[in-house]
Formats: sequence, structure tokens, C-alpha cells
Amino acid sequence: MWKFAIPLVVLVVIGMFFYRGLSLDPSDVPSALLDRPIPEFSLPSLADPDRPIGSQDLKGKVTLLNVWATWCIECRHEHGYLLQLARAGVPIYGFNLKDDRASALDWLASLGNPYVATAFDGDGTAALDWGITAAPETFLIGRDGKVLFKHISPMTAAVWQRDFLPVLERECKNADCPFLAAAGGK
Amino acid sequence: MIPELGQFALILALCLALVQAGLPLAGAALGKREWMALARPAAAGQFVFVAIAFGVLEYAFLNDDFSVLFVAQHSNSALPIFYKFTAAWGGHEGSMLFWITMLAIWTVAVVAGSRSQPQEFASRVLGVLGIVSAGIIAFALFTSNPFTRLAPTPFDGADLNPLLQDPGMIIHPPTLYVGYVGMAVPFAFAVAALLTGKLDKNWAKWTRPWTVMAWVWLTAGITLGSWWSYYELGWGGWWAWDPVENSSFMPWLMATALLHSLAVTERRGIFKSWTVLLALSGFALSLLGTFLTRSPVLVSVHAFAADPARGMFILGLLGLYAGGALLLYALRASKLEAEGGFKDVSRESFLLANNILLVIAAFAVLLGTLYPVFVDALASKKVSVGAPVFDLFFLLPMLPLAVLIGLGMHSTWKITAFGPLARRLAWPAAISLAAGIAIPFALYDKTSLLTSVSSAVGFWVCVTALLDPVSRFVRRHAAPLTRAQLGMCFAHLGVGVFILGVTFVSAFTVEKDVALRAGDRVEIGGYEVHLRDVRPITGPNYTAQEGVFELSRHGKLVTEVESQQRHYTVQQTDMTEAAIDTRIGRDVFIALSKDLGAGAWAVRLQVKPGIRFLWLGSLLMALGGVIAVTDRRYRQPVRAASAAAATSKPTAAGTG
Repeated sequence: MWKFAIPLVVLVVIGMFFYRGLSLDPSDVPSALLDRPIPEFSLPSLADPDRPIGSQDLKGKVTLLNVWATWCIECRHEHGYLLQLARAGVPIYGFNLKDDRASALDWLASLGNPYVATAFDGDGTAALDWGITAAPETFLIGRDGKVLFKHISPMTAAVWQRDFLPVLERECKNADCPFLAAAGGK
Repeated sequence: MIPELGQFALILALCLALVQAGLPLAGAALGKREWMALARPAAAGQFVFVAIAFGVLEYAFLNDDFSVLFVAQHSNSALPIFYKFTAAWGGHEGSMLFWITMLAIWTVAVVAGSRSQPQEFASRVLGVLGIVSAGIIAFALFTSNPFTRLAPTPFDGADLNPLLQDPGMIIHPPTLYVGYVGMAVPFAFAVAALLTGKLDKNWAKWTRPWTVMAWVWLTAGITLGSWWSYYELGWGGWWAWDPVENSSFMPWLMATALLHSLAVTERRGIFKSWTVLLALSGFALSLLGTFLTRSPVLVSVHAFAADPARGMFILGLLGLYAGGALLLYALRASKLEAEGGFKDVSRESFLLANNILLVIAAFAVLLGTLYPVFVDALASKKVSVGAPVFDLFFLLPMLPLAVLIGLGMHSTWKITAFGPLARRLAWPAAISLAAGIAIPFALYDKTSLLTSVSSAVGFWVCVTALLDPVSRFVRRHAAPLTRAQLGMCFAHLGVGVFILGVTFVSAFTVEKDVALRAGDRVEIGGYEVHLRDVRPITGPNYTAQEGVFELSRHGKLVTEVESQQRHYTVQQTDMTEAAIDTRIGRDVFIALSKDLGAGAWAVRLQVKPGIRFLWLGSLLMALGGVIAVTDRRYRQPVRAASAAAATSKPTAAGTG
């Protein structure tokens, strides 16, 4: 009898709305800083404690900020790909988190240095402003000093292609990214 | 290594759940006894491995194993050990594992209780429970694995959400989950009946105690949740029509309707397809609740984990279980024939009206909860449905329902003579009406139409519920009530007490938000509140400012209470710990909320009469369920031979 099919019809209608609701929701908010200016900071450089690195260095061009540490095993995994990006000309700044200066310098000497410069945040206070919870994390920072994207966990070719390049291709229409073609973009 | 053992145990549990789902159902369809015989051992084995997995997760929490992502996200070495234990269900992954564990426990209980049932039926029930369990375990393993490792291992965890660091949290979600998951049992019984194509009075007798137990847990869980939000969220409300509250309330309404419908089916062999539909929708709404809380479709304070992939998986499960069951229903329900009829004025007709009103109420809640989803899907706008709308649309079916409770309890099966019923209930009606008008006025010097009506209805339910027990107690020679009847009276008394509580708390609450400095005094609802001091406090994982308040009435000190504004250091979150002075007739609620600077503090004060009645009433309902389920007829095994016969004799005296 057809009346016994009514509950099924009701369920199907509700289910369709849910399906639509799920595809609508932009729930993927990777960082509270997204589309907001980077926090002001000034930290000593890893290589030269007397030379400060701060928010000024990151503004005026499209850059990556990569959070790493020698105690971070996953950072070792992504290191090779970071070197590859650096060779393509992507300006990567390092953010060395809660680390020991000597072992951090050793790490760069033995594995290679992909960073334009590395800020040394020995006690992790600047990391709080950035909302950094763990290493590795990678921020994509726009020309105007705003956070365009944030990725938690190791940087890989797949992540770069999927998440970073689309943002870069959008951003680079009105900003200067000489590295874009070399780094796989259009 | 140990977390991997947990994961391995969960995988084995999934395999056993698949065995439990596949072979017994196939065996029942093909008549292979040895396949059906696998249902019980598979269910027992599944329980063992699920228990191991849950134990492993607890072990990881108690040992601060922050290499497990879930532990690192929800615990901290400074967290008190009590909360380390409860943090296991304080997040999405753990609560799914908890769900699975509860289902395994229910399944084992069903195994234990199924000895008197025909093998074919019992294997189908266990097979359906196996399907449910397999789906949820797969969901946990593939989208929300609690044993996922974290590399690098952090030095310390991110700590448990401070909202959840509370004794209420130890008992509220588990209780609610037990009830939620328990609705899977009547669901499995209903699907088994549809598969068998046969639904007799014995079926109702088997299903009823499980439904009552699930309902008792749901009732207790919702009550505890309301109580928890009252004192922990710091705003003094007891129900907010939050989507997650609603999603526990809808299964409750369905379970309540199902209980009453099952009573009719057990006693009279009618309402069969309706009963089955309620059993199916009860569990469908439980799953819907899981979907709403575990996906980003609705934003709510409770939705601790939002992830579209998870939402899609649960939506798939919802489609599979509810859709499959309702498809089966569409094909088979017409075969369930009624064994008798009833007249317009009879217990059956009152219970039918009760069912319709409960389902309308559930639908009102469902529509209100889903309306934002519909609007978002159709017009891409974010809206929310406010509490006043819910209040109105819930109240409309509930007031007539409360009137029907009294009538239904005192009517007879098949046909009720109107004259004797009216004579019997004339006095209770008059007393309730008088009390409803007089008592609010006597206590608070004011009343309104709605207040009078709803307190009259509250008294009516109480008086009619007490009529039978009291009159039998007075006339000592009368036969004592059965446990089932006594349970019903208790539960209905609970409904009455609850209605009175809600009426008084909504009509006569006095509240004030004031700015106070140490030494200031303020008057509220006949009480004088004196902020004596604000002092700093250091807890294990928080720091706090504590306000010390003296509460006095007519110049006499009533009590001294402390309210804290806490700052949880790891999570960087502020929390209000309200100070509540409780008396049976009223609560005085004081919350120190914001530092306004220059020594002044924002303080929220409320005097809430009747709020305890609200929870007392709910607990009476749950107690009534517990009493009813111990009725003698559920303890007597039904012989398989007589169970197999569709025309078995009705059993001992039943009740509504």
C-alpha cells in the first residue's frame, strides 16, 4: 500500500537537503589568521643572533614561512621538498621553534638550507601570536602581509599542487612571483 | 605498540560484526541453523574486542600517551586523573568508540535475553545489530580513528575543553549515549519482525522492556544534560533548544510514543505497523542526532567535531539504515494485520491521540532544528530558529497531551463508558483547576492565563497519577498494583511535577545583571546579596578570581557561596563557575562573570522557583520506567513453542 511508503519519501527529502547542506558548508578554516595581517614580531636570526628578523622581512613579496625544529621528525621528511622549492626560487623563511641553536645550525649544515633566513624562537613566545601549535606548519604570506593559506603537517608535492598553487595563481595576477613557472604554476 | 593493539582489536571487532551481520541473516533467510547459530558467539566476540579497544584508549589517556593524536588533543599532564579518564569520550573519535562500546554491551544483553525467542527471530535481531555495529566501527576506523598516532610527539597535550572538566560530564554523555544507542534494539526487533513478516503480541512483549530501558537512559541523560548546562554554562538556563539538545529530545519523544504504542500492541494486537514505524523512526532520529552533532551542517555549542567527510559517511549510514528499514517497511508493513478493533472512547483511542500528539511534537522540534539547513540549501542564508518559536510549537501539542494522560490512565481497553469516567475524574479535575488558579497566586501574588492553565494541567496529571495508588493504599483489601502499573503512575506523576516545575520557573524567575564591587549589596526577589570579597585562586590547570557572596533574607544570613571566573591556562579559555544555593522550592543562582575594571565585576543574579521540580519530575519518570521494567511478566520466559504460534494467549494484566 502506498501510504506505507510515506516515511521513506520523507526520509529521502530530508536526506537530499542534508547532502546539499554538506556540500555548501565552508567548514575548512585552517587558521584564525587567514586573510588577516601577520602578527608583528621581531626575533633574532638563527645564524646571527645580532641580526633581527621580523614581520618587515615578510612583507612586500609573496613568501612562505615554514615552522621547523630539529626535534620534529616530520620536518626531516619535508626538508627535501623545501629544498626543491627553494631551488625553484620560492622565498622560504624559516621559523625555528623551541630549539637548540647549535643543533639547528648543524641540521642546516648537514641537510642543506632552503631558507632565505630563519627566525629563532627559542622559548616559543612569538609562536603563540602566530597560533602555531606544532611543527611542521607552513604559512603562505601575500604581498600585503596577509596570511593567504596555512598548512599543518609536512609540505609535500601533493599539498603544494593541491592547496598552494591555486592560491598563488590567484594572488600572482597582481603581485610579482618570478618563481611561479619554475615551481609548477601556470 | 599498545595503541596499535587497540586499533587491531577494533579491526577484529569489525570482522566479527560483519560475521554477526551476514551469516545469521542469510541463515534465517535460507533456513540454515548452523549459520544462525553463529550470531551469539560472534556478538560475544565482538564485545570482547570492542572492550579491549576501549580499554586501550583509557590506558593511553591514563598514561599521558601524547603520541596518540586524540589523547594529545584532549588531555594534558596537569589534567586531574578523573578527567583524564572521562576525556576518552570528550571528543569526536573517543565518543564514537564509546558509542560502539555501548552498542556492544546492548547486543550482549540482547543475546542474554534472547534464549526464549525462536532462533530465526533472535538471529535476525542480532544480525541487524551486527549491521549497525559494523557501519559505526567502519566509520570510526576510516574517518575518525581514535588511535591515530601523532608525529612528532608533543611534550604535552592541548588539554580537555574546560566545559567538559566537570563532574556532570562524567555521567551525562555516557548516560545519554546508552539511551541513544539503546534505540538500536527496538529498531532491530522491528526490522526482524518485518523480515519475518510476522508480528504478534509476544513480539511486543519482547520489545517493550528494551524500549523502556533505552527510554530510561535517554530520560536520565537528557535530565543530566539539562542540569549540567544549568550550572556549568553559567547563564542559568536549563534548556536552550540547541540542535544537539533537540537531537537527543526527538528520539526521546519517539521512544515515549513507542512505549505507549507497544502497550497497545502487546495488550490488544493492534497498532502494529504504527509501532514498527515508531521503532524505526526512533533509531533513525538517533542516527540523525549523530549526523547533526558530527557534521558541520548545524553550528552548535556541542558540535565538537565538524568534518564534511565524516558528515558524508554518517549520511550514508543514515541512508543505508533508515532508508533500508523504511523501504522494507514500505514493502512489508501492509502484511501486519490488526487482531481486533476498538471504540472511539477507549484506552486505545486515548493512546492513539497521545501518539499522534507526541509525533507532532517531535516533528515540530525536527522542523525547527532542520529549518536552518533547509533555508541554507534553498536560499543560501544562515538563519536560526529561536527558543520562543520552539516553546510555542512544542507547547501546543503538549498541553492537550497532558490532559489526555489523566483520561487515558483511567479509561478501559476496547470501550470506555463515558459516564463512570467523568464521575471518577470530576473531583480531580475540579481540585486541579482550583489549585492551578490559587497556588501561583498564593505564592507569588500574580498569575497569568498561561500560568494558571499549565499549573492546573500539572496538578491534574499529578492528581490522576496518584488516584489509583492512593485509593488502593487507603482501601487495604484491594489488590495491589502490578509493578508495571506502579511504574506508570510514578512516570506520570513525574510528568505532572515536571510541568509544575517548568511553569513556575518560566513564570516567576527573577533575574538581574549588576555591576558589583567588593562590599556592595544588592536586593533580588526578597533576598539580599552581599559581595564580600573577590580573591585570586590557583587550581591544578587554571587560575581564577573567586567572588565570595553572602546571601541573606530579611536581615538573616541564609548562606555563603562562592562563584569563580576561571582561566584555563593551556586552552586559554575563560569559564564561569556559578554559585547556586539550592532549596527544594527555589534556587538562587549567582555568577561572577566579567571583570569590568577598577574593582567592579559584572554579576548575574537569578532567583528561580521550582527549578528543582523540573529535574525531580524527570527523575521520577526515569524511576517509573525502572519500576515498570521489573514487572513479573518480563521475568517469565516465554516458551519458544508458544512464541512461534501467532495466536498465543495474552499474558498477565497489562497497563497503559
